[in-house]
Amino acid sequence: MDLSAINPIILIAALISAATPILLAATGELVAERAGVLNLGVEGMMITGAVCGFIISVNTGSPAFGFVMAAVGGAMLSLLFAFLTQVALANQVASGLALTLFGLGISSLMGQNYVGIKPPRLEDVNFGPLSDIPVLGTILFSHNPIVYVGLLIVAAVWATLKFTRAGLVLRAVGENHDAAHALGYKVKRIRTLAIMFGGACAGMGGAYISLIRVPQWTEGMTAGVGWIALAIVVFASWKPWRVLLGAYLFGGITQLQLNLQGAGVAIPVEYLAMSPYIVTIVVLVILSADKSRAPGSLGRIFHASQ
Amino acid sequence: MPHVGANTYGEVHMKFTKLMTGAALALGLATAAVAEDKTKVGFVFVGPVGDGGWTYEHNKGRLAVEEAFGDKVETVFVESVAEGPDSERVMTEMALNGADLIFTTSFGYMDPTINVAAKFPNVKFEHATGYKQADNVSVYSARFYEGRAIQGHIAGKMTKSNIIGYIASFPIPEVIRGINSAYIHAKKVNPDVEFKIIWAYTWFDPAKEADAAKVLIEQGADVVLQHTDSTAPQAAAQEAGNVITFGQASDMGQYGPLPRVSSIIDDWAPYYIARTQAVMDGTWTSTSTWDGIGAGMVGIGEISDAVPADVKAEALALKASLSDGSYHAFTGPLNKADGSAWLAAGETANDGDLAGMGFYVEGITAEIPK
Repeated sequence: MDLSAINPIILIAALISAATPILLAATGELVAERAGVLNLGVEGMMITGAVCGFIISVNTGSPAFGFVMAAVGGAMLSLLFAFLTQVALANQVASGLALTLFGLGISSLMGQNYVGIKPPRLEDVNFGPLSDIPVLGTILFSHNPIVYVGLLIVAAVWATLKFTRAGLVLRAVGENHDAAHALGYKVKRIRTLAIMFGGACAGMGGAYISLIRVPQWTEGMTAGVGWIALAIVVFASWKPWRVLLGAYLFGGITQLQLNLQGAGVAIPVEYLAMSPYIVTIVVLVILSADKSRAPGSLGRIFHASQ
Repeated sequence: MPHVGANTYGEVHMKFTKLMTGAALALGLATAAVAEDKTKVGFVFVGPVGDGGWTYEHNKGRLAVEEAFGDKVETVFVESVAEGPDSERVMTEMALNGADLIFTTSFGYMDPTINVAAKFPNVKFEHATGYKQADNVSVYSARFYEGRAIQGHIAGKMTKSNIIGYIASFPIPEVIRGINSAYIHAKKVNPDVEFKIIWAYTWFDPAKEADAAKVLIEQGADVVLQHTDSTAPQAAAQEAGNVITFGQASDMGQYGPLPRVSSIIDDWAPYYIARTQAVMDGTWTSTSTWDGIGAGMVGIGEISDAVPADVKAEALALKASLSDGSYHAFTGPLNKADGSAWLAAGETANDGDLAGMGFYVEGITAEIPK
């Protein structure tokens, strides 16, 4: 055992980076679910974002533009879900699963000529002297822009839901769509916008994997991250800061267990491997003991005639 | 991720039912293999065919079967099938839809293959990398450890930090053999070498594989060996710089000349063609095949110019001796990690020991997960 091989500062910096895809996807899904829409297509939107961002970055040489287009790609795909569930009034669970399957398929089709290519690198944000601060500099000021974008989105979602009229309307639609409709709010329009926001966030999260974390395009490369994001939204009781906590816990313990394995710590590997899932669930379940509950209209189909 | 398997499986199923009349199913015939002109060959894959590694090569073998037999054969495949119960469902459906021969290409399909084969005595099954045979189940694998020996040699010669990182998948004999073989040959040329092993508990998860590679590199490894299926560790090593890697299962040549300095290439095509031919001829019998470099099932990808010429020459000499059988990758004296004696000087490991290998050789300090 050689714990000195693990550098805690690099570990924390790595977990912040590793958690970003889950954080982005989960935050987007949180907004959709707070508007009453259960979109199980997160995985499909992520992988579509991953391939869109990759293709655009490689062809334009601009990873920043790639991220923008990844968000657009994710949002476009989510429009399909919006059409199915808001216009055609299809079942949300089935439509979401279909979206995942469709996303996995179309992304592997789109990405066929991009296997084995190295994408342009997104430079880290230059904080100047701030990044030279011992410990904090590495942990907080050594990341690429998307990490900070992710944090800003969490803060913005939290503030919007809690303090603004738009947030109140969105929550009203999610809690009781009939009442919201009776008050004159455009339930379908609001939900469609929420779905698109979720798609955009998931798309960026996917692009983070293909452009920064790995960086390459491989079919099916999100490998289930979207499902973890979905689970985190539920365990986080639909609260943005808890989503952040959940994503960091999951990302952090995943990183930690890899580090501990590398250092040869005498904990059986199988326990280490399952630890991210268990710790994240346990912590978030304990937190959710405060009677928080799902939005009242979550997953229900809305039609103005009912 | 059962959902992925369910999807592709569903698509193939629909294709199946279109192709087939569906009558066979409706009549409840256990196998629809009768009275079919075309030989139908099914493949069950653990990852996507575009993984650039393990599944990619198996799919190349499938395409070679199509190429070789043309109209006489029809192949179907289902990708990203989770090991375990989901795979049993996929195999059952393949058999019900008239497959004559089914290749199940991951270790975790072993028991499902045996279970399904028992229900379909007229369908032939071929399970890769396992050890359970039946009247209608053959097993086949390649002696990847021969390739690992060459990797270990190059790694031991080229490492400057003397730390070699190893991304392992699951603690099964095949993976443990690879670790041991690489370690023995690295140690032989560099007594100071140390192995850091991370178990990813997945065959295919690019983000996790990349993370594991980064952790190993952060902890000082300047050589990263992988026994997972995607090219993600190659990309991570390229990003880090000053790290060498080896292609796994496929050449992964797009990452050469650095970080990828060589590779193990699985060549399943000749075997798949031969077995399909045997089914056509009615000569198929249950066999156990375990071929290495000599038979061509294990290929060694070109050793890049990043490797010093003398090391390259030694590696090629090692390859030649493994190929003609004059040298065995597990030649004594070798002890087990617990200090007990395993092979005496000059003694070579028998296939039984290798097939069920569940221990590290002396010098590796880690524990194998149970």
